[in-house]
Amino acid sequence: MLVQGRVWKFGDDINTDLIVPGKYLFLTELKEVAKHAMEGIDPSFATKVSTGDLIVAGSNFGCGSSRELAPAVLKELGIGAVIAVSFARIFFRNAINIGLPVIECPQASMISDGEYVKVDLALGLITAKDNLVLQGLRLNDFMLDIIQAGGLVALKRQQRNLPPL
Amino acid sequence: MGSTMSEKILAAKAGVASCQPGDMLECQVDLALSHDATVRVLKPFRDMGGEKVWDRERIVMLIDHWVPAMSEAIAKNHQIIREFAVKQEIKHYYDITAGVGHQVLADYGHARPGMLIIGTDSHTCTSGAFGAFAAGVGTTDMAAVYLEGRIWLRVPETIRIDLVGQPQPWIMSKDIALFLLGRFGTEYARYKAIEFGGEYIQGLSIDSRMTLCNMGVEMGCKAAMIEPDQILAEFLKNRTRDPLNGIFPDPDAQYAEKHQIDVTNLRPQVALPHNPGNAVDITKAEGISIQQVFLGSCTNGRLEDLQVAAKILKGKKVAANTRLIITPASRSTYLAAIQQGYIQTLVEAGALVTNPCCGACFGGFGGLLAPGEKCLATSNRNFRGRMGSPEAEVYLGSPAIAAATALNGKITNPEGYLC
Repeated sequence: MLVQGRVWKFGDDINTDLIVPGKYLFLTELKEVAKHAMEGIDPSFATKVSTGDLIVAGSNFGCGSSRELAPAVLKELGIGAVIAVSFARIFFRNAINIGLPVIECPQASMISDGEYVKVDLALGLITAKDNLVLQGLRLNDFMLDIIQAGGLVALKRQQRNLPPL
Repeated sequence: MGSTMSEKILAAKAGVASCQPGDMLECQVDLALSHDATVRVLKPFRDMGGEKVWDRERIVMLIDHWVPAMSEAIAKNHQIIREFAVKQEIKHYYDITAGVGHQVLADYGHARPGMLIIGTDSHTCTSGAFGAFAAGVGTTDMAAVYLEGRIWLRVPETIRIDLVGQPQPWIMSKDIALFLLGRFGTEYARYKAIEFGGEYIQGLSIDSRMTLCNMGVEMGCKAAMIEPDQILAEFLKNRTRDPLNGIFPDPDAQYAEKHQIDVTNLRPQVALPHNPGNAVDITKAEGISIQQVFLGSCTNGRLEDLQVAAKILKGKKVAANTRLIITPASRSTYLAAIQQGYIQTLVEAGALVTNPCCGACFGGFGGLLAPGEKCLATSNRNFRGRMGSPEAEVYLGSPAIAAATALNGKITNPEGYLC
């Protein structure tokens, strides 16, 4: 499973209040919430980002609340994967459950903003500019199965012999 | 080789003899807690093919964040939750009146030793105070729990923190939680479980234990827990008739790390903006002007917290240029505080007492901050923009610090106020 795209780079401790402030949580339409994605750091982020782009961040990405809207707005904007030095655990599992690939990579800071990066999810391999290859933590088979199905909803449908949505 | 509390609970819930950190398990959930986020559980639940929840008696459902509804859009969300609860005949549905979910689990004896508790809230770890493995998740996870009563979990490594010594009377368990955050940082327990023990814990009230476990998630933990004991048994005696199934760590359990920390000489702690890990001795924050004090939340809105504030503010007045907002954690807390006279004392001192709910803590409504304002809050997170303007500053501290600060209009050391 291959993901590739332009990198938007962020720092350490990007918390869920920065990704989606609490005041927008009551909005029912994901599209509406997504307009405010990353508003706490870059108010114009939602208008700049394109489908297939990637986020690269420092440590503890997604710390704070359990709001699934945090990975959901990133997926809604077309983000193909999030690479970070480390993730907060609820963000990490929420991302997997909605089918947004997440790769932990201790050397993620070597990737620059604006560059083009390829990720092989099954191997956890990240190829950056000048053929720099970084080894991220490979998702275990259990998590890969969820991602490959497109998320936990799709996987449960498969397991229950229901047609895809 | 022995097992930690987490390993024992998760192995039991997965139906295996034992498990190791890193194992992926499918575990049976004993109790599912969902709040306002329920509205986002329903679509994935139905999309998974869900019609009836797996067990209507194992779900605690309530509305605690946007309470009471302050807009039509929010009222519609509440309506959707309410209709679902009625249709599914959810036995423990509390609507908007019971208070903050984590406190409600305590009030009505829902959280008990040895349980696996899963909640749609990051502070679900609060229930570790009852000897349970309690972890926060998102709404798709909860949809799968509604569907099958099971959840995938990676067995975490455990950090053991033994707290020894007895601190001064003005030191609260919040000071200890902040101290640990300042010392170890917000990533220290990422993906891991924390077991709190030691002589300090053995004498600690349930209210204070809940605060300590609650703040575990600010260190990144999956679950934080305390072994069941006589104090817990006393607490649960009038709340549940279910037998208590205590699970304890083995003496030779393997820990990722073990710490023994002496709390005897601990000073009051304040977390500076904009991260709970920025905790320092209060001497480094004393004197900072504060426009709003918020005393409440699942971290510190309990009876003990209101008692401490009432003791400090009795017969006195909140400073002229400071507002004190108090939000009891639950209806039971509120009622007990009325009966004990704390609410009267606090209102007479100039506090604004709101209905029990999550309130100002999560920045949804009711106590948001203007640019340039500074707030001392007893809640759990001081992230930029969490409580209103990104140009506002939030300082975290104990209820004792909050009350002393409200009195003086500036961050105040509570030493000497609670002798």
